[in-house]
This record gives sequence, structure tokens and C-alpha cells, in this order.
Amino acid sequence: MSTFATGFLKQARVMTADLRHRKIIRTALTNYEIVRDKRKGAFQSWESARSAAAETKWEAVNHLDKYLVEFVSKLEARGTKLHWASTGAQASEIILEIVREKNARSVIKSKSMTSEEVHLNDALEKAGLEVVESDLGEFIMQLRDEPPYHIVFPSMHLTRGEIKELFERELGDAPSDSPEELTMVARRALRKKYLTADIGFTGANFAIAETGMISITENEGNARLTAALPKTMVSLLGIEKVLPRLEDLALFLPMLATAGTGQALTCYNTMYGGPRQPGECDGPEEFHVILLDNRRTELLADAEQRDALHCIRCGACLNACPIFRNIGGHTYATTYSGPIGSVITPHLRGLQDWKHLSAASSLCGGCTEVCPVKIDLHHHLLHNRRNAAKEKPALIERSLYLIFGFVANRPALWSLGKKLGRLSQPLHNLVKGSALDPARSWTQTRDLPPLAQESFKDWWKKRNR
Amino acid sequence: MTITLFIPCFIDALFPRAGISMVQLLEGLGHKVVCPPEISCCGQPPFNSGYWDEARPVAAKVLEQLKDAEAVVIGSGSCGAMVKKFYPELFAGKPQEAMAKKVAARTWEFSDFIVTKLGVTDFGAKFPHKITFHDGCHGLRELGIKKSPRALLAKVQGLQLVEMAEAETCCGFGGTFAAKFPMISTAMGDVKCASAAETGAEYIVSNDSSCLMHLQGLLSRQGKPLKTIHLAEVLTQK
Amino acid sequence: MKNEETVLSEREKILARVREALSVPAHVPGAHGLAPLAASAQSSAAGVRQWLPKVGNSFAEQLGLFQKNATELKTDFQLFDSAEEMRQALVRLRDAEGWKRVACHSGDLTNAICPPLNLPMLRTDKAYDVHEMEACDAGISECDALVAQTGSVLVTSRSAGGRALSVLPPHHVVIARREQLVADLPAAFALVKTKYAPDFPSMISFITGPSRTGDIERILVLGAHGPKRLTILVF
Ligand code: SF4
Repeated sequence: MSTFATGFLKQARVMTADLRHRKIIRTALTNYEIVRDKRKGAFQSWESARSAAAETKWEAVNHLDKYLVEFVSKLEARGTKLHWASTGAQASEIILEIVREKNARSVIKSKSMTSEEVHLNDALEKAGLEVVESDLGEFIMQLRDEPPYHIVFPSMHLTRGEIKELFERELGDAPSDSPEELTMVARRALRKKYLTADIGFTGANFAIAETGMISITENEGNARLTAALPKTMVSLLGIEKVLPRLEDLALFLPMLATAGTGQALTCYNTMYGGPRQPGECDGPEEFHVILLDNRRTELLADAEQRDALHCIRCGACLNACPIFRNIGGHTYATTYSGPIGSVITPHLRGLQDWKHLSAASSLCGGCTEVCPVKIDLHHHLLHNRRNAAKEKPALIERSLYLIFGFVANRPALWSLGKKLGRLSQPLHNLVKGSALDPARSWTQTRDLPPLAQESFKDWWKKRNR
Repeated sequence: MTITLFIPCFIDALFPRAGISMVQLLEGLGHKVVCPPEISCCGQPPFNSGYWDEARPVAAKVLEQLKDAEAVVIGSGSCGAMVKKFYPELFAGKPQEAMAKKVAARTWEFSDFIVTKLGVTDFGAKFPHKITFHDGCHGLRELGIKKSPRALLAKVQGLQLVEMAEAETCCGFGGTFAAKFPMISTAMGDVKCASAAETGAEYIVSNDSSCLMHLQGLLSRQGKPLKTIHLAEVLTQK
Repeated sequence: MKNEETVLSEREKILARVREALSVPAHVPGAHGLAPLAASAQSSAAGVRQWLPKVGNSFAEQLGLFQKNATELKTDFQLFDSAEEMRQALVRLRDAEGWKRVACHSGDLTNAICPPLNLPMLRTDKAYDVHEMEACDAGISECDALVAQTGSVLVTSRSAGGRALSVLPPHHVVIARREQLVADLPAAFALVKTKYAPDFPSMISFITGPSRTGDIERILVLGAHGPKRLTILVF
């Protein structure tokens, strides 16, 4: 078992026993589900919209080279500087070079999971820069020195009381535990940062090939400010973010909002097509866009799971996932958690190290059902299991299945097995739930039904004699 | 017609009454029921664990037994999904591919077969209890079965169905998952049982015995009064 | 900066990996478990309108929908019969909130409506000092369109006084004409294209209600970083 798997099991044990956590997440998500369903209901056909979104993303991802080239040339034509990074380290290095060239001291960031993926904050801080997360949830998590708990709701596992304490401790400013007042504390703290930061850093939700624009979806206005005030703007995005046409956003923006937060449209949806253009009064003088691979092309090469690159990071699959809801976001120990994280992390960071995430699923399909771009999530978990077992079978498990198969295909042996099981049942009662119990992982928390004295097959045989 | 009834291994060994009820219900409608004697298991445990090469011989044997069936009826959404949805994938590019597709096309989950294929909903059953229904995930999402079991329950005299908030949430069984990640499986089961209990029901009814085995195991261990029962058994109560 | 050669080579390397990966065709959506097909997707944009939330056909219905959405979003939406009424409303806003200084850009509408405010005014027609804007009580701008379907205001860096005016001051006031109302998002994007292509403004933004967050216990708070208030005045 990989060390990641061991850590996962350990943390899962802690979190599944944490009933307070379970309740917080459940409350937060119940409200989300109510508004999301209302918004879905407002669509004339949510299902057709899903199909259209899946087809559009399919088109983009399956002609990625063409659309990337178009995207890049359109952006460059209007003065944007394009960079390509094969790895996370390269992406960080490109940003550090921009920092050095600009003699920058501080960076204000809007929410970007891709920057989490490449550990950008670490790299920038090591280089002596002040890095400030401006999204409220990310700001809270940065103060706690923890990664985001959820790709859309970074601090959803915290109560207002915990946030009040945090602000008191870290900012010396927390008049009360009202969400309103706490938000205003963050607003005050961050205002100055926007005005003084040398570099504004953002992620992107979509990259429009046709017009050469990135599109950023947010609610707080922090990305708008980040892209308006600092002299240099840097955006990092995965190569899979492309959409062919500008008007595709007419579908994707409301779908992202509906699936992500249960809004008809988030508060700000903004397309940036370059640095300040001639005749414009503000905006950055320089705009850098970094396209990141970081093993996305490996996922792309897996035709079976290529649709995982359709992901628009709405978080809906996390919200629907009963595993996520019970173990929480941090247990995954990955940038992308929940079903989509379990699908892609083995591709991005190694199958053998991360296959446990694909195993840790009941394959219920709740994720696939809610995914706005129809990624075949739960089947891909199964595909990951198959690939992992094929590449490096677990000897004991495989032997068990071989024996199982051998017995299953010999009806006499199979029924003998049942008989033996029946006979040994009284013995099992002696050790049930204890360390000696071979079925301990079941019997620790659950009773095992007794094997029937007369099985269905016995009954059938007797009856048809 | 002649119905080939596939009784899943855990029903055979642990819950034979559910299987016997299915035979009685189908025969009661005037159909001939056959149960292939050589079928042990659909092969899900190795398949779901990723051991497809190890699952294939087991599944091939099942296919062999089902290949000439007019209609295959499976007493579980989970095994039903295995045969109907996953066999074609398991045998893709293999010699049995065509056979797998043919069998899949003729395979039905038990409740859906009765309602959709046979057009029957009323067995004249009486079950004067308050119940809640658990949608097994494979039946619900792989096979899209939601209405059929409810149509059958609606005709049971005295039965009151109260839907739980988490009706469509996974119970946490998930086959080998329940043994590999017992803490997650148990937590999910607890959520499910709590939601079922909230309805004030006496029984959790389902068309999937494996889910019920997991839920009953939790309820019994915790000394909860809530009981579980398979849909087919409800339909034979008079 | 990196020299041109390495930049190019990273680009070529990634594109080469992409092309290599795509040499194996993927299933079309929804074809799980079936043989791969090389069919390309249908254009979705053409049909999008029929699946998105419904918008009435008549102007009155669309205006009503915009109003309803605005209320839900906690946008202050006010409709007037004349420019004069709007001027008075703006003055009332000034008095009610005690504005001392506002930011604004020049345009046909703003020029016609703002003068009676009689306040020191930061103009964003040319480069300006952001600290001065930060000290303003309100930002007043025009817009490109109002979107009935979502209750959004469409602004661009060219139509609405740059990037910051609509988001830095604590109160954003939008001045618009009835004719600027469009039905839905597809219409809004079509408008952006006809109005600007190929020379698009560097920023195009749909503003849907005042700034908000739910990051603390998923409870809605207005004015997270952008304006706490959004007022849309239409005549
Ligand atoms: S996989 Fe689908 S549901 Fe999950 S985050 Fe991505 S787009 Fe959303």
C-alpha cells in the first residue's frame, strides 16, 4: 500500500467518526441542493443543456491542438504574452521570472485551483514575495495555512465561530461572529493589498479560442479587482480549458453557476482579451497567460477517460458524493478532491500511488448523474481499478479472486463451500468482531446474516425433483 | 413465456425467501420459470475490484448458461447491471462479445420486468405497514429503474410508502468497498438508516438484497427496531 | 525572460504531445462502452436558447423578467419615463447616501444625467489615480446591455469607464436606456460580436447583482470585495 493510501485510511477513520463535521457539511450542502434544484428546474431542458455542453467540450478537447493554436494566436495578436509550461515547476519558474523582471514584491491572487496544483504560493513565498489570496474562502484557508477544503467552497467545513477566532488571532480584528461583519473584516484587510500589489494573479474557467479570451467566473469581485489594478496580470490555466466559440459561454456560464453554487449566473463573469488596449484608461500594462500541461496530455492520451478533461471544476460531483461528504475534502490529500479528483489524480500523479482513491468508492454513480458535462466519472473509477490491477496486481487479492473463480465455476465446490460456511458459522460466532475474525472489517460495525439452512438452490432442487 | 431466473449468490445463500417469492410471483402469472443450476455468481467482486481477467471466466460461465434464454430476470439491480451493462464492456473485443450483447439485451431486473415487460402491478398482496424504499444505486443509475418498484408497492393493500430524504443516496455497501473501507461504508449506512428512521417507517424495502444485508447488519448491531425486507417478499404477503 | 527558443520548444513539445494523444479517437459523448466514433460534435450555440431558462417574447415580458431577477439579486432597479426623472433620482441617491465624491466616465448618457449631482467627479476617460477612485462613494457608468434572462448588466472596459469603475467604489450605479435590454445570454454575446469584433475591448463583464460571498457557512453576504450596492437606472 502506498504511503498516500495509508494516510488516506487513517484520516478517513478520523473523519467518518467526526459527527460534527458530518453535520456541518450536510447542512451546507442541503441548502446548496435546494437552490441548485430550483435553478436546474428553470432550464427549459437541463438534460439537453448537459448533452450540448458535453458535445461542445468533446469538440474542444478532441481538437485541442487546433483550438490551442487559435487561442494563442488571437491573444498574442493583441499584445498578450503567452507561455507554455510542461510541468508545475516550469509554470512557477515562468511566474518567478516575470516577478524578477518586474522587480515585484507582492502578488494579489484570485481563486485558482491550478495554482494550488503547481504549489505556486510556496514558490513565490520562498522567493520572498508577499502573496495574498483575495477570495474570502481562500483568504481564510491561507490564514489557517491549509489547502482549500473544496474546489469551489474552500472553507465550507468551518463555522463562523472558528473563523472569528482565526481573524482575531491572525488579524486582531473580529468584532463579532456574524458572517457579514467577518466578511467586512476581510474586505478591509484586502482593499489595501489590491492597491499596492505589483502583480495580479488569476486562474481561468474557460479559454475562448475564437476570440482569444480567458473567462473568469466569480462572485466577490476579487478577480475583477485583481485584473484591474496591478500593473501586471498573470493568468495560469490548464490546456484543457478551451471552448471553441465566444457564444459557447452563453451555455457554460449559467451551467457552471447552476451546478457549482445553485445560482442562475454568478455575480461576475468576465472575459479578458489582452492588456490595456489603446484608448483604455486602466487595466494592466502587461498580460501574461501561462498554459499548463502537467500531465494533462497523459490523460488526453487515454481515449477511454479523455472526457475527464471536459471538467469545468464546478464541484457538483464533490457535493453529490457520499464519500466526500463523510470523509471531507482534506482526506484526499490532493488538489482536486471528490470523484473528479479520484479519477484524474492517478493520471496526474501516478496510478499506483493514488489508486486507493478509485477503490474508495461504492460506484454509486451519484457524481456522473450531476456532472454538467456528463463525464463518466464512476465508470472511470472502475477503469482506474482495472488499469491498476492489470499493471500491478495485488498478489493476495488476485489469488483470492482466482480461487473464487475456480470455485464459482464448479457448482459442486460452490455448494460445498456454502455447506462448510454453514457448519463453521457457530465457530464464527465465537470470534465475531474480534481481531481473530476473518470477516472483521464487516463485523466490527455490522451483523452478518446467518447462512440459510436451506439455500434457494436446495429449495429449487427439492421442488423440481 | 419461459423466464430464466438468475438468483444472485447472496440471495441464494442468505435470503432464499426473496428468491422463492420471485419464483412464486412469476409462476403465479402463468410463466414457466427455470433457474440455471450452474450459475453461482455474476462475477462482480473481482470485476468491481478491477480484476477483469479474473472475472471473465466466471462471467463467461454465466453467459453460457443464459445464452439461449428468452428472457433473463435477475433478482437484484446490482447483478442486473453487471449482466446488462458491464458484460458487454467486460467482453469487448473478446470472442463472447456478441453473446454478451445479446444476453444483455434480454436481461431485466426483477421489478422492472414485471412492470415494464409484463405490464403487471397488482399481486393482491397485503402488507399493512409503513415502509420506506431504498433505491439501490445500480438499479437506479445503471439501469434507470425508479418507478417500477413504486408502481408495485402502490398496489399493496395497507402499505404506506413514505419516501426518505436520502432515498437516492448510496447506502454504502458497494461490494468489496464495504470490506476495504468499512469506516466509510458504515458512515454512509448510518446516514441512510437515520434518513429511513426519520420517516417513521417500520421497514426499509428494496429490490437489492445486498444493500439490505448491509443496512440490516447496521440496524441489528445498533439494536434499532427498523427492519429490512426485499420487495419480492412484500409482494407475496397476504 | 526565457529566450525565444525555449519558449517555442515548450510550446512545440506540448502541442506534439497533444497531437500524439489525439491520434487515438475518443468515444463520442454518451457512447460509454461502445466502439469509438470519430464524429464531431454538433454546433451547440445555435440550439442553446431552447434549453436555457425561458424568456418571454415581448418587451414587456422581458422587462418584467429583468425586474424580477433584479429583485432576487438584491439589485436596486428603477425605471423612469424621462431623463429628467432619472436625473432627480440620482440626486436623491446622492442625498440619501451622503455622497461626497463620485467616479464617472464621459458618455452620452452620463453627460446628460450626471451634471445635476454637482459633486467633485473623478473622470476615467484617461488614466486616473486609483487611490482617488478608492475614495469615491459611487461609480457611475453606462453599459452595453441589460440581460433579461439573468438580470445582468453587460459592461466592457470601453463602454463603462474602464475595468475598475464598476467594481472598486462601494456603490455601482448603471445608467441605461430601455432599448438596451436584450432577451438572453445568446443575444448578449451576439451583441458583443456585432458591436466590437474583431477589435474587442480588453475586458467584457457580466455583472449579476452586487458583489457577494457565501464563504462563511454558505450564508449570503453582499459587498465581499466589489460594490455592496448595485443600482440600475433605466429610462
Ligand atoms: S467532474 Fe463534472 S461535476 Fe465534477 S467538478 Fe468536473 S464538471 Fe463538475
